Amino acid sequence: MYPRPFTYHRAKSYPEAISLLSELGEEAKFLAGGQSLIPLMKLRLSAPRHLVDLNFIPETSYIRSNATARFGAMTRHAEIAASAEAARIPILHDCSAGIADPQVRHMGTIGGSVAEADPTGDWAPVLLATGATVKTLGPGGERSIDIAEFILDAYTTALQPAELVTEIVMPLPAERSGGAYLALKRCAPVYASASVAVQLTMHDDHTCQDARVYLGVLGLTATRVTVAEEVLRSKPVSPESMEKVRGAVMDIAEPNADMRGSAAYKRQAAGALAKLAVEAAVKRARGEHVEVTHLYA
Amino acid sequence: MPEKIPRVRLSAMVNGKQYAREVEPRTLLVQLLREELNLTGTHIGCDTSYCGACTVLLNGRSVKSCTLFAFQADGGEVLTVEGLARDGQLHPVQQAFSDCHGFQCGYCTPGFLMSTVQLLEEHPHPTESDIRKGIAGNTCRCTGYQNIFKAIYAAAAAGEGADIGH
Repeated sequence: MYPRPFTYHRAKSYPEAISLLSELGEEAKFLAGGQSLIPLMKLRLSAPRHLVDLNFIPETSYIRSNATARFGAMTRHAEIAASAEAARIPILHDCSAGIADPQVRHMGTIGGSVAEADPTGDWAPVLLATGATVKTLGPGGERSIDIAEFILDAYTTALQPAELVTEIVMPLPAERSGGAYLALKRCAPVYASASVAVQLTMHDDHTCQDARVYLGVLGLTATRVTVAEEVLRSKPVSPESMEKVRGAVMDIAEPNADMRGSAAYKRQAAGALAKLAVEAAVKRARGEHVEVTHLYA
Repeated sequence: MPEKIPRVRLSAMVNGKQYAREVEPRTLLVQLLREELNLTGTHIGCDTSYCGACTVLLNGRSVKSCTLFAFQADGGEVLTVEGLARDGQLHPVQQAFSDCHGFQCGYCTPGFLMSTVQLLEEHPHPTESDIRKGIAGNTCRCTGYQNIFKAIYAAAAAGEGADIGH
């Protein structure tokens, strides 16, 4: 399948990419890893007249950490999965090592994923749960935007015309913190049927100090499950509280029946994922090594 | 009249040989390989980034060549299934797939070979879970995967997985 013909522009820097896009207008798009845009263009669901290629801009793919972990927008999912940061912050590994399949993870970028704001994307719930910030650059200069204010709706972000994502900044989790991200998929290359991200801090081995719980896929954007957070916050983690978390996530889910399953099935799946994610997050906060990955069914 | 679109000039090292071409911007990497370079070993399967039949290595990393524009490989190194054999000798991964009959119709095989080469680079002694994750982006509708697993274990046992013939 051939995309509609387009004119190619290779940017050598972000400022050049931004001025190119400003000149070319609405018929132009940035190309990051292309793992969503290229399939859309092949299906002619997207047919830009110009592509501004970000792949050859130096210093855009990096992982740096001191007080925060910072990911260059063009950092590929596979590079994040293999990083020391992913080894230290397990929720990062859960997400980056489970997106699609190895081939897609070698090309797809964190910045592209965040800018696309696909409701089935893996990064949004994880970045929301960890309280990440999106750094952008556009004709109006640099901005730092809380991820919760960056993703506005399905496929809609706070990005202005010709503005692009330059970096994702993630605060390093406090002591006695743990997180987990679980997604249920039919197989690797497809979109998830449901996903849940949990990031929590324990007061001691039994009592949760604070928690963030986000449900992915089953809404227009990742959804914060505040009832589940309240169930966990400042209370001992018990089988009863886990059951309440499961119920809260099931209550807030707004699944649509489609080829991935019935609404009831997805609701059940979301509840089960939430329970597994909290269990893994608590164990990790206690310092236990727990492997969590995308589940296939 | 359609407007005239400037072609993109690109060069890449493909299976150890340097090529330079001028292509339409919308040319996909798989089309460059098959139609411009006559390397038809890389197959187009689903053409939607699902099946992995078109898998090649770009700069040592597996990618789906139907989901990359040719210009994304500019200045890079590409390894296709044609680049695996050396001096008339099958690559150990190819030999293992042949010995274990890790295919039936063979259509998906080039993609599985490339993903296996990548997998064994990262995991020279893969566990079953490593193999499942490593070939998760490749689909075979014939074998039921049993013999593909056997072939991958056999290739790992041959101990040559790390030599991908660059």
